Amino acid sequence: MWRWLHPYAKGEATYQLLGRWLPWVTALALLSLTVGLVWGLAFAPADYQQGDSYRIIYIHVPAAILSMGAYAGMAIMAFIALVWQIRTAEWSIAAIAPVGAVLTFIALFTGAAWGKPMWGTWWVWDARLTSELILLFLYAGVMALYYAFEDARTGAKAAGILALVGVINLPIIHFSVEWWNTLHQGATITKFAKPSMATEMLWPLLISLVGFALMTAAFVMLRLRHGILRHELHRPWVRDELLDPQQEQS
Amino acid sequence: MTRGYRSQLAALLKRDLKVALRRRSDVINPLLFLFMVISLFPVAIGPGPDILARIAPGVIWVAALLASLLGLERLFRDDYQDGTLEQLVLLPCPLPLAVLAKILVHWLLTGLPLVVIAPLLALLLNLPLSALPVLLITLLLGTPVLSAVGAVGAALTVSLQRGGAVLSLLVLPLFIPLLIFATAAVESAVFGAPVLGQLLLLASFSILTLTLTPFAVAAAVKVSVN
Repeated sequence: MWRWLHPYAKGEATYQLLGRWLPWVTALALLSLTVGLVWGLAFAPADYQQGDSYRIIYIHVPAAILSMGAYAGMAIMAFIALVWQIRTAEWSIAAIAPVGAVLTFIALFTGAAWGKPMWGTWWVWDARLTSELILLFLYAGVMALYYAFEDARTGAKAAGILALVGVINLPIIHFSVEWWNTLHQGATITKFAKPSMATEMLWPLLISLVGFALMTAAFVMLRLRHGILRHELHRPWVRDELLDPQQEQS
Repeated sequence: MTRGYRSQLAALLKRDLKVALRRRSDVINPLLFLFMVISLFPVAIGPGPDILARIAPGVIWVAALLASLLGLERLFRDDYQDGTLEQLVLLPCPLPLAVLAKILVHWLLTGLPLVVIAPLLALLLNLPLSALPVLLITLLLGTPVLSAVGAVGAALTVSLQRGGAVLSLLVLPLFIPLLIFATAAVESAVFGAPVLGQLLLLASFSILTLTLTPFAVAAAVKVSVN
């Protein structure tokens, strides 16, 4: 496995690999997002109790799951960066953090928009809402620390340590609805139990979850490619890559 | 070998305590700040004893969090500037252990005084006497967490020119779980509900933090010292 992974510690190899994958991931993300969201928002049956307002879960649940998934990914990258000192992993911290922060914001915002008609309030200081808000603060802290240092490497490592310390928040978010008796309902989809949701509502949710995951991956890949280019600007391969071949000939 | 570490750690503790006690204002100022923050609340919210008793646990804990931020920037700053921190990294004694000694000193000088004056604060805010022991236990369990988690932030930002703002941005979100557990325990005590479960949860959180953060602090110190 190491022989297979090791070349990607080099910026150029990762850049080329991401460049090959990006069109596919983007296309699949667009496709599954379109199918999942159109199916969920327009064609899935209305809920017998909540009517049409339940449809926000087709955005809310994927964004919330991915906000934690992105954090987990960022923490794994931070671990790799700190242990094996791999620079592409360091840059991917910076690539993931803003994407994750936006997903967290989407989850909080759609939750608030749903909470107004359903709970009668935009915001409650419920365990899951609070811990999701902490997640947003953590992303903000990681980004602030990453760019606070003059030496980019020190910043990346410091942000990596913070990201790892913040991992403690993930189980708190995940289990908050089970540990505390809160307003936010428990999970609808779990791996083992039969989902507590009708199949014709579940399918679009799963598809849009896949769509959100692919979209997140596409954004991260795009940002990582830009990060690699920015950091390796002095390398010859970047010049070859960026300069138009035809321009070079003339 | 262990005896060697022990004497090094004892020397480190003694030195840190001596250095910190030379600047007494660093010990006293956070406490004065704590008193001022506490006295702002009755002025702003109104001196009704019922409402004060209701908000007392939260107010005392929030004031404790803010007061612990005051001296935090200094935790590694002076050692970083005069090169002591590099010597600390070079010690034969493992860095997480040395860092734990520094955390202990920080707690002795900021956390412990806070626990000591907490009964007075509780009196000022009209906290029911029955809840006082629980408040003291939560402070005793929680203030080491403040020092330990704060040390992570301090070590990460020590090489920054103006790290103070970034430091509070990093550390405060990590304090929130502690705040939730601690105030929940005190509030149950105010209402006469059982508190043992919440205290045990707080204790396990505290032990987990104190076990794991020295490694994070050590990694952060190494990054900052380079």
